[in-house]
Amino acid sequence: MSDLDKINSIFNAKIDSVKTKEDLQNIKTEFFGKNGEITKQFKTLSSLDPDKRKEFASYLNKIKDDLTNQINQKDFEISNVEINEKLKNEKVDVTLPIRPYQQGKIHPVSQVIDEISSIFSEIGFSVAEGPDVETEYNNFTALNTPEDHPARDMHDTFYLEKNKKLLLRTHTSPVQIRTMLNGKPPFKIIVPGRTYRCDSDQTHAPMFHQLEGLHIDKNITMGHLKGCLDYFIKEFFEVKNVKMRFRPSHFPFTEPSAEVDIGYRIENEKIVIGEGDKWLEILGCGMVHPNVLKNAKVDPKKYQGFAFGMGIDRLAMLKYGINDLRAFFETDFRWLSHFGFDPLDVPTNYRGLSK
Amino acid sequence: MIITLPWLKEHLKTKANENEIIEKLTNIGLEVEGIKENVGELDKFKIAKIIKAEKHPNADKLKVCEVSIGGKETFKVVCGAPNARDGLITIYAPPGAVIPKTKFELKIAKIRGVESLGMLCSESELNLSNDSEGIIELNNKEKEIGKSYFKSKTEKTIDISITPNRPDCLGIRGIARDLSSTGIGKLIPFKKKNLKQTFKHYIKTSITKDKHQGCLTFGSCYIKNIINKESPDWLKSKLLALGLKPISAVVDITNYVMFDLNRPLHAYDADRIDKEIIIRDSKDGEEFEALDNKKYKLKKGMCVIADKSSVLGLGGIIGGTKTSTEFETKNILLESAYFLPSSIRRTSRELSIETDAKYRFERGIDPNSVIKGLEIATDLILKICGGQASKFTITGKNFQKNKIIKFELESFESLIGIPISISEAQKILNQLGFNCKKNKKNLLVEIPSWRPDIVQSVDLIEELIRIKGFKNIKLISPERKRENETLNFKQKLFHLSQRSLASKGYLETVTWSFTDSKIDKQFSKEENEIKIINPISSDLDVLRRSIFSNLAIHLKKNQDRGYEDVSLFETGPVFFGKNPGEQQIVVGALKSGKVGRKSWIEKERNIDVFDIKGDAVKTLIELGISDQDLFISDITKHCYHPGRSGSITYKSEKGPHLAYFGEIHPAIIKKLDFKEPNIYGLEIFLKNIPEQNKKIRQTKKSFQPSDFQKSQRDFAFVIDKIFKIGLLEKIIKEIDSSIIQDVTTFDVYEGENIPKGKKSVAINVSLQAKNKTLNEKDLDQISKKIIDIVKDKTGATIRS
Repeated sequence: MSDLDKINSIFNAKIDSVKTKEDLQNIKTEFFGKNGEITKQFKTLSSLDPDKRKEFASYLNKIKDDLTNQINQKDFEISNVEINEKLKNEKVDVTLPIRPYQQGKIHPVSQVIDEISSIFSEIGFSVAEGPDVETEYNNFTALNTPEDHPARDMHDTFYLEKNKKLLLRTHTSPVQIRTMLNGKPPFKIIVPGRTYRCDSDQTHAPMFHQLEGLHIDKNITMGHLKGCLDYFIKEFFEVKNVKMRFRPSHFPFTEPSAEVDIGYRIENEKIVIGEGDKWLEILGCGMVHPNVLKNAKVDPKKYQGFAFGMGIDRLAMLKYGINDLRAFFETDFRWLSHFGFDPLDVPTNYRGLSK
Repeated sequence: MIITLPWLKEHLKTKANENEIIEKLTNIGLEVEGIKENVGELDKFKIAKIIKAEKHPNADKLKVCEVSIGGKETFKVVCGAPNARDGLITIYAPPGAVIPKTKFELKIAKIRGVESLGMLCSESELNLSNDSEGIIELNNKEKEIGKSYFKSKTEKTIDISITPNRPDCLGIRGIARDLSSTGIGKLIPFKKKNLKQTFKHYIKTSITKDKHQGCLTFGSCYIKNIINKESPDWLKSKLLALGLKPISAVVDITNYVMFDLNRPLHAYDADRIDKEIIIRDSKDGEEFEALDNKKYKLKKGMCVIADKSSVLGLGGIIGGTKTSTEFETKNILLESAYFLPSSIRRTSRELSIETDAKYRFERGIDPNSVIKGLEIATDLILKICGGQASKFTITGKNFQKNKIIKFELESFESLIGIPISISEAQKILNQLGFNCKKNKKNLLVEIPSWRPDIVQSVDLIEELIRIKGFKNIKLISPERKRENETLNFKQKLFHLSQRSLASKGYLETVTWSFTDSKIDKQFSKEENEIKIINPISSDLDVLRRSIFSNLAIHLKKNQDRGYEDVSLFETGPVFFGKNPGEQQIVVGALKSGKVGRKSWIEKERNIDVFDIKGDAVKTLIELGISDQDLFISDITKHCYHPGRSGSITYKSEKGPHLAYFGEIHPAIIKKLDFKEPNIYGLEIFLKNIPEQNKKIRQTKKSFQPSDFQKSQRDFAFVIDKIFKIGLLEKIIKEIDSSIIQDVTTFDVYEGENIPKGKKSVAINVSLQAKNKTLNEKDLDQISKKIIDIVKDKTGATIRS
C-alpha cells in the first residue's frame, strides 16, 4: 500500500466519526494544513523523478479532490443538522390570527353603475351627468309636461323655492335636455344618477338612483330600442335568454311609450330572472316625443330616437337578492360589509361583470 | 279605475272570458293592477233574525243575542247596539267576514267573558251610510233570512291603472271601446232614449265673460216633482262594487253616469237656488261650504257656480251644502258642463280638494258629451224618481268641432321599424272611434272629442302600435361600436376614488343628499342653509353642504350598535347654493377608534392624524397626482381640530385645493355625543384635481438606474420647535437632486438635553451619483454642504 493509499484510508476512518464543525476543522488541518499529510505529499513532488512525478502528481490530485469533496460534503451535512436543530426551537402557532385589518367595500349601487357603464360602453354609449337641483323647466316643461299636466302629480317633488321654480330632480330625464342643448346630434348617452321624490315607505326612499338612456340619430326606430334593451337585460343579468314584454304605457316625454316586463320565477325562495310565468316591471321607455326634441333644439324632422329609464337600486336588488330598499341608504356597517363588493372586483367585459 | 265584467259587457258584446279580457287590457296599455273578489267576501253578510236579546251578565250596555240565519243552529253574538231586540231582522257577519269600513277580519272573541260568534252590523260598518247609531233594521225581509244581503256576489272587480293621457278610459264605455279595437268584441251602440221633455227651463243660466272663466259649456235640465229615494238594488250594487257609497237615487245616478261614460254631472236642489245660476270667477275671500262639510275661503278667479246670493259649488270639483239634494228634494236642476282642465287643476291644488269629478275634468272630459250625459241621467231619474223633465238649456259653446290630422302612413314605419297597411290602420282607428278618409297614401283622421291626448301624427302612431302589438316589432341588435370615450376625466376620478378608498379599508356608503340642518351647521357655516320647502321630515330639512353631515350621523349610529372601529366614505355631491350646478363632488371619509384593538400581536393604539393623512395622500397619488406635487400645509377649517389637521394643495400653498384631513373638532364630537370620540376625517375635492393633457406614457422619463454604490448619512439637527419638518426635508432634497435620492425623518425629539423651544430632528439621507461611487471625501463634502445650507436657511445646528 502506498503512502497515499494509507493517508486515504486514515482519512476515511476519521471522517466518518466527525460530528461537529470543530472536528471537521481538525481534520482539515491534519490533512491540508501547513504540515498536513496531503500538503506534505505535495512538497515531495519536486524530489521525484520526472517520469514518476507525473503519475504520482495525478494520483495525488485525485486523492486531494476526493478528500476535499468529502470534507465539503461533511460540512454541508453538519450545517444541515445544526439548522434543523435550531429550527426545532423556532416553531410558532400559525393558526393564530393575522394582524387586524379593515376590509373596505364598494356600495352595491356604485358596483351596479359600473356594471351598467361597462355594458353600455360596449355598444357605444357615453356617460352623461347633470345637477341634482334642477329648474322646473328642465325637469317638467321641456319634457313635455306643462304646468297643468296631471302627470306632474305622479312625481312627489321636493322644492327649493316656494314658487316651485327650483326642485330636486324627480328623474334623470332633464339630463336629456341639457345634453341635447349643449351638443349636436347624434346623441348616445346613459345617465346614472341620484333622483328624489318626497315619498318614503318600505318600498320607496326619498332618494334613489335612476339610469336614463338616450339614443338620437337619423333612422333610429323602436326596433333599435327593443334590441338595445334586450342586449342590456341579458348582459346585466348574465343570462342567455330573457322573456321580455313591451306593454303600452304613457310618459309625457316619449311617444309611443312602453313599460317593459321581464319574465321570472321563484326557485328555492330566490328569484330567477329571464324565464318563468311571472312578469316583473323593470323599466319605462319609448320614442322621444317630437315636442321634447323641439324644446332641446333638435329638429324632429331630421332626428328621432329612443329613451329609457330604470331604477338602479331595484336592478341591484334583483340581481343581488337584496330585499329592502331602505337599507341601501342606512349605512349599517354589517349591511355594507355583507352586500358590498371587493374594491378589486371592477366589472369589465373581458373578465366578466361579476364573480 | 275599477270595473266589473258584467258592467263592461253592457257596452261590449264579447264571448271572451275573464282571462282573455284581462290579458287584452294589459296588452293595449290599460294595465290590470289587481283583481279582487271583495264582492264575494260580502257574500258572507247574511240577513238574520234576533231570536232573543238578553242583557250581558258582565256589562250594562251590552246584550247577548241569539241569532238565527234560518237553519236549526243559532249563534250567540255580543252586541252593543241600543236597538238590538227580540225579533229584529238585521245583518249578521260571521267570523271570517271582513268589515268593509274597517277592513277588519272578524274572529271568534270573548267580550267581557262571553264568547261572540261574529257581529251584527250597522250601516256605517257596511259603508252603506254614516249611520252608526244602531244595527241595521230590515223590514219585510222575514222571507230572506239566511240569504246574502249583498246581491251581486259573483262580481269580481278589476282594478285598471289608467295613465293620465287617457281620460276617456275613466268611464267603463271608454274601456269597452278600446277593447273592441282589439277584435275581442263589439262596442254596443247607445239605445235611443225617448225622453218626454214637456216644458221650458225655469232657471236662467249664464256664463260671465270673466278673465279666467273656466267653464265653456253649461248644460242643464230642470226636473220637477220627483220623489227622491234609495236607489234600486241594481244601482246600489253597481256602485258598491266600485267601492262607492250609495246615497240617494239622484246622487247615485249622477255617479253612475260618471263612471259609466266618464261624464260628471251635478244635481242641485232647485228650490234652494236663489233665482238664477251664474257661472263666474270667484271674488277674493268668498266663502263656501262644500259637500265634504268643509268651509273653503276662495281666492280670486276660481270658477264657481253661484246664484244671486252665494256660491253653490266649485265647477267640476265639488258641490255645496246649500243646494245639496236630500230625500225630501222635490225639484232638481241637473248640470252637465265642460270645464277647462287648467282651471280645475289650479283651483283644486290651491284648495287641496280631490274628487272623482275633479280627477276627470283635469284630465279632460269629452266636451261634446254634455247632452248625452243629460239624456241618460234624466231618463234614469224619471224612471226611478218619477217627475217631469224640462227641455235642456245649453249655455256657452254648443259643440266643439273635431280636429283633423293628416297622417302619413310611412311615418309609422320610419318610427316603429315595421310597416302597417292602410286598411289595417283604418280598421284600428275606426274601432277606436276615429273617422278616417283615404287621401292617396295618407289618411285624414278625425279625432273624436273624447281623445284630448291625440294632437299630432305621432299620437296616432302610438294608437296603431298599441293595438297592433309591440310584440310585432322586430328587434334590431345593437352595433358593438364605440366612437366616444365612455367616461370623461371627472367621471373616471369619481369611479377611481371609490375603488381607492375601499382598498384602504373604508366601507363605501350612499346617503341622502339632504340632511339635518342641526348637524350640517356643525360642519359648514351657520348661515346660507339650503332649505327644502317640503322636507320629508324635519331632520332632513336642508341640502348638505358638507359630506361629513350624514357620515357623522351614520358613524354615530354604528358606534351605538357597538361598532367602534369603523371607516366609512362616500363620494357624492355637496351643495353650496340652491341653483342648478351649485354643487361639487366630494370624497369624504370618516374613521373612528383604534388600530390593533384586541390584537395578540399588535400594540393597540388610537388612530391618529398620520393615518388619515396617509389615506389622503395615497388616494391622491392613485388619482394621478405625483407625490412631489402634493403640497402639505397646516391650513385647516373649523370642523377640524386646529392643531391636528391640514390641507393638501397642488404644487404650492396657493395651488388648487385638493384635500383636507385631520381630527374632527372635539367640540363637534362632544355635541354629537359620540361613544368613541377618536374620529378623523378627510375630504378630497375632485373638481380641483387637474387633468393632465398628456398620457403618462408621454411624460414618463426614461429609466436610468445608477450602477454605483448607494451611501447613507444620518444627521441630527437641532431646530426651532415650530419649524415645519416638511419644509426642512424639502430644503435638503433641493440641495443637489442629482445626488440626494431620498430624505427621510426617522426621529423627532424634544425634552432633556435639547434647549427649550427647540427640537431635535434625525434625518436619513440616501446619496448616489450617476457616474461614480461616492468616496469618503465626496460624502464629507456633500454632508458639509447639507449642514451649511440647512443652517443658513433654517438656523438649525447639528447636534453634537
